[in-house]
Amino acid sequence: MAGKPQIPNLAEIWNDIKSGKIISDISKSVTESQVWTSSFRHGYADTPRNRVLQIASNVWLHLHPVKIHRHALRIKFTWCMGGITFLMFLVTVVTGVVLMFYYRPVGEYAYFDMKYLQYDVPFGMLMRNMHRWAAHSMVITVWLHMLRVFLTGSYKPPREFNWVIGVFLVTFTLLLSFTGYLLPWDQLAMWAVTVGTNMARGTPFLGHEGPFAEFVGVTSRYDARSVLLGGSLVGPPALLRFYVLHCILIPLVAGALMIVHFWRIRKDGGISGPL
Amino acid sequence: MAAPAKKKVEVVPEKLHVWPYLVRLEFLCAIIVMVLLTVWSITIDAPLEEAANPSKTPNPSKAPWYFLGLQDILVYFDPWFAGVVAPVLIIVGLMLIPYLDVNPKGNGYYTYTERKAAIWVYSFGFLVLWIALIIMGVFLRGPGWNLFMPWEYWDPHKVVALTNVDLPYAFGFRDYVWSSLFGGAVIIGYFAIGTAAYFVFERKAIKNVGFMRMFLKINLFLIMVGIVIKIVLRLGFNIKYVWVTPWFNI
Repeated sequence: MAGKPQIPNLAEIWNDIKSGKIISDISKSVTESQVWTSSFRHGYADTPRNRVLQIASNVWLHLHPVKIHRHALRIKFTWCMGGITFLMFLVTVVTGVVLMFYYRPVGEYAYFDMKYLQYDVPFGMLMRNMHRWAAHSMVITVWLHMLRVFLTGSYKPPREFNWVIGVFLVTFTLLLSFTGYLLPWDQLAMWAVTVGTNMARGTPFLGHEGPFAEFVGVTSRYDARSVLLGGSLVGPPALLRFYVLHCILIPLVAGALMIVHFWRIRKDGGISGPL
Repeated sequence: MAAPAKKKVEVVPEKLHVWPYLVRLEFLCAIIVMVLLTVWSITIDAPLEEAANPSKTPNPSKAPWYFLGLQDILVYFDPWFAGVVAPVLIIVGLMLIPYLDVNPKGNGYYTYTERKAAIWVYSFGFLVLWIALIIMGVFLRGPGWNLFMPWEYWDPHKVVALTNVDLPYAFGFRDYVWSSLFGGAVIIGYFAIGTAAYFVFERKAIKNVGFMRMFLKINLFLIMVGIVIKIVLRLGFNIKYVWVTPWFNI
C-alpha cells in the first residue's frame, strides 16, 4: 500500500461528520493514545469491573472499601457527620493556605494584616469567613459524630481502638481551633487565649499556682503556662508559637491520625451496623 | 430501618459497590454543605475587634465558646481542677469507654432499651455538663461572670454578695486542722462509700466484668456526679470548698 499519499476525499470526510463517525474516531485516537492510557488506568463504562477499579486504583478513593453493606448508606444511621467533619478540615486547609500568603504572625503586623485581608485582598474576607465558620462547624460536627458513634455503640469491639483515635482527634480539633483563635490578634483573640491559658497556671506540680508547685519550684516565668506562651503573658512570642502549632504541628499530627482513623474503619470491618 | 434492635435487618448482607452508591452520596453531601458554608460566609462576617491590648481587659473575658463549659466550672472549682484535671479526666474517661462498657448489646444500631445506663450517663455528660454549660456561658454570663437573664442589662457594677463558707465551717468546725480532716473525710468517704456500694450491689458482675473495670467505672462516674453535687452545694447552700488543705482546695 505504500507509495503515494492518499488524497483525502472531501465527500468522505463530509459523510464522517454527518454520521458522527468523526467523533468516535477522534475519541478513539485520544483514549488509545499513550498520554491517555498512562493517565487513566481503566475505562469509564459502568461495568462491575470498572466500579471496582474506580475505587481500588484511585489513591484518593481507595481508603473506601470496594463494596459496603447497604445499611452503611443510611443517612439516618451515620448523620454524615464524620464525612462533614473531614470536609470542614479540608476547607480550613485550603482557605488556611490562602490566608497564610497574607498573614504574618508578628506582633506589629498581625492585626494590620487582618485588616488588609479583609479590606484589600480580593476575596480575603470570604476566605477568612470560610476559614472561621468551617472551623466552628468542624467543632460542632465532630461532637455530633462522636454522639452518633456513641449512640450506635460503634465503639464496641472490634472498634475500641478507633474510638480512642477519635477522642485524640476531637482533642486536636479543639486545639486547632483554640490556637487559631489567637491569630487575628484582636481583643477577642488575646483575652480568650489569656483566659484559656491561665488555666495552665493551675496545673498540679507544673503550674506556678497549682497544687504542689512549691515542691517543684516552678515560677510564673518558668512553668507549664510559660512553656505554652513563650513568656509570662499572651504576647508576640505566644502569637508565633500558636501560629506554628496551628499551621504546622497540630495539622500534621491530626492529619496522620485521620489517616489511621479512616484506615481503621475499613480494617475493623467497615462502618458498624447490625450484625 | 434504623432502630428496633434484635431483629436482624438483613439476613443475607446485601453488598453494594462503593462507586457509585457511596461516592455519589458523599459528593452530594459535600456539595450541599459547601453551598451552605459559602452562603454563611458571604452573609456573616467573622468578628474582628480592636487591636489586642494587654492593658485593657474586657469584662467579661471569655474563652472560645467551646471551652465555656469548663470556664463555667471555674465558678465551683479551682483552676487546677476545672482547667487541667477535669479536661484530662474527660479525655481519658472518653478513651476508656470502650474498655469499661462491656455490654455486648447495642453494637452497631440505635437502641435505648438495651443500654439505658450508658446512654443516660453519656447524654447527661454531653448535653448537660458540656452543651448546657456552654450555652449558659455564651448567653447568660455577663460582667464579673455573673448570671444575667437574656432580658437583663449587663451591668458591670452589679453587686453580688459573697456569703459562701466552706463545708466544715457550715458544720461548726472552726479549727483549721479539724476542718481539713473533716473535709478530707467527706471527700474520701464519698468515693469510698460510693465505690463500696457499687461493688455490693453489683457483686455478681465482678467475676465477669473484673475488679479494675468496675473500679474505674464507678470512680469516673462518682467524679462526674461529684461535680454536679458541688454545683448544687454552691448554688443551693453557699458552700465554697468542701475540703481545704494547705496544698489544694476542693
